[in-house]
Amino acid sequence: MSLRLYVPGDSAAVAVGADDVAQAIRTAAAKRKLDVEIVRNGSRGLLWLEPMVEVATAQGRIAYGPIEVSDVESLLDAATGDGAHALRLGAPEEIPFLKEQTRLTFARCGIVDPRSLADYRAHDGYKGLARALAEPGAIVETVTQSGLRGRGGAGFPTGIKWKTVADTTATQKYIVCNADEGDSGTFADRMIMEGDPFVLIEGMTIAGIAVGATKGYVYIRSEYPHAIAVMNDAIAAARDGGMLGARIAGSDFAFDLEVRVGAGAYVCGEETSLLDSLEGRRGQVRAKPPLPAHKGLFGQPTVINNVLSLASVPVILDKGATFYRDFGMGRSRGTMPIQLAGNIRHGGLYEIAFGITLGELVDRIGGGTLSGRPVRAVQVGGPLGAYFPRALFDTPFDYEAFAAKDGLIGHGGIVVFDDTVDMAKQARFAMEFCAIESCGKCTPCRIGSTRGVETVDKVMRGQDVAANLEVLTDLCNTMKFGSLCALGGFTPYPVMSALTHFPEDFAPRPQLQAAE
Amino acid sequence: MDRHRAWNAEIARDVIALHRGRDGAMLPILHDLQETFGYIPDEAKQLIADALNVSRAEVHGVVTFYHDFREAPAGRHVLKLCQAEACQSRGCDTLTARAEAALGIKLGETSADGRITLEPVYCLGLCATAPSAMIDGRVVGRLDDKKLDALLNEADR
Repeated sequence: MSLRLYVPGDSAAVAVGADDVAQAIRTAAAKRKLDVEIVRNGSRGLLWLEPMVEVATAQGRIAYGPIEVSDVESLLDAATGDGAHALRLGAPEEIPFLKEQTRLTFARCGIVDPRSLADYRAHDGYKGLARALAEPGAIVETVTQSGLRGRGGAGFPTGIKWKTVADTTATQKYIVCNADEGDSGTFADRMIMEGDPFVLIEGMTIAGIAVGATKGYVYIRSEYPHAIAVMNDAIAAARDGGMLGARIAGSDFAFDLEVRVGAGAYVCGEETSLLDSLEGRRGQVRAKPPLPAHKGLFGQPTVINNVLSLASVPVILDKGATFYRDFGMGRSRGTMPIQLAGNIRHGGLYEIAFGITLGELVDRIGGGTLSGRPVRAVQVGGPLGAYFPRALFDTPFDYEAFAAKDGLIGHGGIVVFDDTVDMAKQARFAMEFCAIESCGKCTPCRIGSTRGVETVDKVMRGQDVAANLEVLTDLCNTMKFGSLCALGGFTPYPVMSALTHFPEDFAPRPQLQAAE
Repeated sequence: MDRHRAWNAEIARDVIALHRGRDGAMLPILHDLQETFGYIPDEAKQLIADALNVSRAEVHGVVTFYHDFREAPAGRHVLKLCQAEACQSRGCDTLTARAEAALGIKLGETSADGRITLEPVYCLGLCATAPSAMIDGRVVGRLDDKKLDALLNEADR
């Protein structure tokens, strides 16, 4: 019998040597005349332990990590012997970081072979679709009742969006998956596409049946070559298996999917800009109304949802709306795949019910900074999210609670900074990033961001600090209320939060004054 | 080792023909042309315009809107260093300065010998193993001085 090993093919694992480890295992095994089967699974999301290799044993899978090429010989000794190894982590599901999570959307990620339709089915895959096909008319109501809200950042109720499209009459409707995950500190979409692509395909298929759409597009950013490759393979496998195409799973419903690749424009994560990009134009934001639900891709009614929203649908259909909505707090129902990133000891994917506090996530689960220095600030929700000081660490992870503190949870990314961070520099970067990525359509964003960089520069030089901070605040106000989309509209969040919570970093700098 | 082909209108027409029937064919065509030639040659714009029945200006507008599309060939190697917040928190500024000093160029420039192009990238989704880089499409995480120097040496060949 051959020895089965799991070496993640997730790009975060590959970036720290997983491909080399897999190759070294093959070479070493051949030399030992040992028959090995290597599965390139997704990542479990314990990214500080990557490459985390798992060995299939009679007692279940046993994890070892982080494994380097130089550890491969001793790893094979352990795998063929008593299992003892300095890097042995034990059963992965018993590791506290994983054990304490509630994995609904990420239930299979890191466990299955992402390119195997059979493996997907063997792990409860396509159970949601079976329910959907049994009662197609009830899908929209189930999704609405589950309380699922858009996981891309806006938090709009998914069921209501679907109902709007379902209620339209058109010869062609579309399902578009927004996989343009551009926020720094986020990688959940990427992990799903690389680790469990069929769940996204299933979610989009269910959406298609629910609203009467027969064609779907997955718009993936070009910075994600691994995700693009896995999605393409999975779509082909689903088509071969009769799960995409003219008669899905033998039913009368037709639905097919295509991957489209972005071209390095952050603003294309904004839904209307993404639609323009898909149509082959500059990715410029559209004014709303009309809503994409009425007039979306190629002018047709379109459901456009984030990867995580669509990937959460199969479990909702399978286990029921009540099961899902029983997790969470307030109006934030279900679970959120939170991404712990930046200067953090235990970085990775942490899916849990809404309501956990920011401090618990950063200090207890994340283990504080990787540098070992004190945590000074965390940015939640990507480049458009606010910087939170330790004083706000009691904020629960919830759409409304973050909004009440002038922040947002966005796509669930948390980037940790230690006490060496210069918050004026971070505020400057927020403006600079907006200037680089602005689509140029509206003036507050296009011009405001450039003026913002200049104004922060003046503050950092110690030039008329009080007056320039007033200008900066006024500028942020204009951008917030005058911009067409969230890029210009939310850039004030990181800027103003830095200014509000860390005013000392904007004070005139003694060493610069002395130099003048 | 240049894997790209020299400009050839016939090849460009074939590439365009491969995609022109698709809905929203513009981006797939541009990606494929760049894959073929290493950049979007100016001559290609009119061919695309003719095939898609849009103006040449419209094609030019699309090419210049997206950071990915090049209007001139890149160096033989392309090293992208992530400049986004998660990588900032792990010191990407220092690494970028090191790469710039070693190559004598700034981000966004190509070395005089055409060996390497250094580019910023805003997030590779490797934010828990930051700082991150991508060299010729290959991802690298937990970048430090030693790994960066190895990448720069690799690009020497």
